[in-house]
Amino acid sequence: MRLYIAVAAGGFRRYATYRVATFAGVFTNTVFGYIMAYTYMALWDQRPRLGGYDLPEALTYVWLGQALLATCAMMGGGFESELIERIRTGDVAVDLYRPADLQLWWLAVDLGRAAFHLLGRGIVPMVLGSFVFELALPADPLTWLAFLVAVTLGVVVSFAIRFLVALSAFWLMDGAGAAQMALLAGLFFSGMLLPLPVFPGALGEVAAVLPWSSLLQIPADVLLGKHTGWDLAAAYAFQAGWAVALLAAGRVLQSVATRRVVVQGG
Amino acid sequence: MSTEGADAGDAGDAEDGFIELDGVEKVFDVRRRARGGAGAGAGGEARGGARRGIGRLRREKHQVRAVDGISFRVPRGEMVGYIGPNGAGKSTTIKMLTGILTPSGGRLSVAGIDPSRERTRLARHIGVVFGQRTTLWWDLPLIDSYRLMHRMYRIPDARFRANLERCVELLDLAELLDVPVRQLSLGQRMRGDIAAALLHDPAILYLDEPTIGLDVISKAKVRDFLRNLNAERGTTVLLTTHDLTDIEQLCKRVMVIDHGRLLYDGGLAGLHEIGRSERTLVVDLEQELPPIELPGARPVRTEGPRQWLAFPATESAAPLVARIAADYPLVDLSVREPDIETVIAKMYVDRSAV
Ligand SMILES: Nc1ncnc2c1ncn2[C@@H]1O[C@H](COP(=O)(O)OP(=O)(O)OP(=O)(O)O)[C@@H](O)[C@H]1O
Ligand SMILES: [Mg+2]
Repeated sequence: MRLYIAVAAGGFRRYATYRVATFAGVFTNTVFGYIMAYTYMALWDQRPRLGGYDLPEALTYVWLGQALLATCAMMGGGFESELIERIRTGDVAVDLYRPADLQLWWLAVDLGRAAFHLLGRGIVPMVLGSFVFELALPADPLTWLAFLVAVTLGVVVSFAIRFLVALSAFWLMDGAGAAQMALLAGLFFSGMLLPLPVFPGALGEVAAVLPWSSLLQIPADVLLGKHTGWDLAAAYAFQAGWAVALLAAGRVLQSVATRRVVVQGG
Repeated sequence: MSTEGADAGDAGDAEDGFIELDGVEKVFDVRRRARGGAGAGAGGEARGGARRGIGRLRREKHQVRAVDGISFRVPRGEMVGYIGPNGAGKSTTIKMLTGILTPSGGRLSVAGIDPSRERTRLARHIGVVFGQRTTLWWDLPLIDSYRLMHRMYRIPDARFRANLERCVELLDLAELLDVPVRQLSLGQRMRGDIAAALLHDPAILYLDEPTIGLDVISKAKVRDFLRNLNAERGTTVLLTTHDLTDIEQLCKRVMVIDHGRLLYDGGLAGLHEIGRSERTLVVDLEQELPPIELPGARPVRTEGPRQWLAFPATESAAPLVARIAADYPLVDLSVREPDIETVIAKMYVDRSAV
């Protein structure tokens, strides 16, 4: 356990060393936040209460999306490119003889990264957005706490998806292709472009039960107070269920991949 | 599912060999597209569609015998060189000895453990350095990687501090501890990797080309460190390299493999005898002169005032040097070791001639 805490701390420190990247990220998030906020304002002007959100809620949703974009790695940008590279070059064999579990190791790295991104790239855009727009931020600290739990679960789900994607590099020549597909799926199905309830009919219903809704849609709804009581528990259970299922799938794939490396040499 | 042979009773003979290989094999299946017979190429493409279709579907399963029945024993505390040309099977052997590759046949045991079956347990007894890969954490200061080793191998605090101090001193790492690994030079990174492999006091150290790409001074540092490690700690060392000087300075015993087979196992002098290898004396004279003729040396090449003379590797260079210094206007002189490829190539030719 202490190992993985140390690994997570390393993941945090490592992203903390990229100062320029962090600054550039905050800048991009803020600019996109403004663009999307004005787009949403135009949209909500035409269709008030679209998807069940009023305008302050919709704007809060926009800025949350920017704040969590890096944290939940909705557009990738976490450990996966590194793991894909290690698989491609065969360096992953070196990881295997160490007395540490591959999945837990990378999960710890990614949690460390997410913690840094939440602090370093989440808070500033949110604050800058709240200066200009009227947001529906909750006053109750418990709601914020509930939100943090949902974000943490979202990060784990996001990790589990990206771990599966990265492991595909054992079989696919070009792991980057799979990562790109996952990125597109994540961007759309997390609700990054528009809240999922806005999508009509089957598309919205399907999107709501896919794992990506854990990344932004659920944490945002928790912060907006749309899930309380048993409903909140159900939302957590949904996230945790996907986390467990996807992590388990990752375990299976990892042991198949390990066997392949160990028998076939990669 | 009974691919494994003998199960019990192999811990008993762990005493006489610390590392034991018994007829170990590793066969890789390599799939590659079959070539469409004799007329392949542009002409072949123009032929009937059906045939081409078949040609495209058929994939030849091809086997590479990377390690082809190797047996040896290394007693505790020995430092052994494991050499051979590119593709000989050295890295494959080391991977099997760490447990990250399962052998296709034969038996092996390291410190009484079957590596592929108990990889994690074995990890605590061995240290591994792959010269071409790094175990260090790329973006973080060197010291962070060491702290991770501390946790990963559950090294007691006092032990960790003592080992780190020792490695830092002997490998000259003090200045580098706070430098991110990606900023280290190759030689610095290699020293960093060697330290990382030793913090948990492994009884066995595998080094796969630890001096690759290093300059003379870095090589000397690494060699001094390894010599000291083996002498003072009694660490068993298995070393692969393409630099014969590594072997000469460090190992009494050398094993040569080629095409996955053990060609030679013994002292270095014996290797030179078998290979009938030659060292080269590079002589710089004051002016251009006809090739130097001396007994026991053979002129190989002349280029202006510089001359190359070959002499048997088993002989000392001293008498030859003395003669040249006495009889010729000598400016500078150096001795080149035969490179391992040449020695082995000769051995291999000799063997097939028998
Ligand atoms: N994973 C693999 N799949 C297929 N063939 C492999 C694999 N790994 C190694 N080989 C083959 O096995 C043979 C031995 O390779 P190995 O890496 O052990 O050589 P080596 O002695 O370490 O060579 P070098 O000096 O170049 O490092 C080579 O022919 C190589 O192509
Ligand atoms: Mg090799």
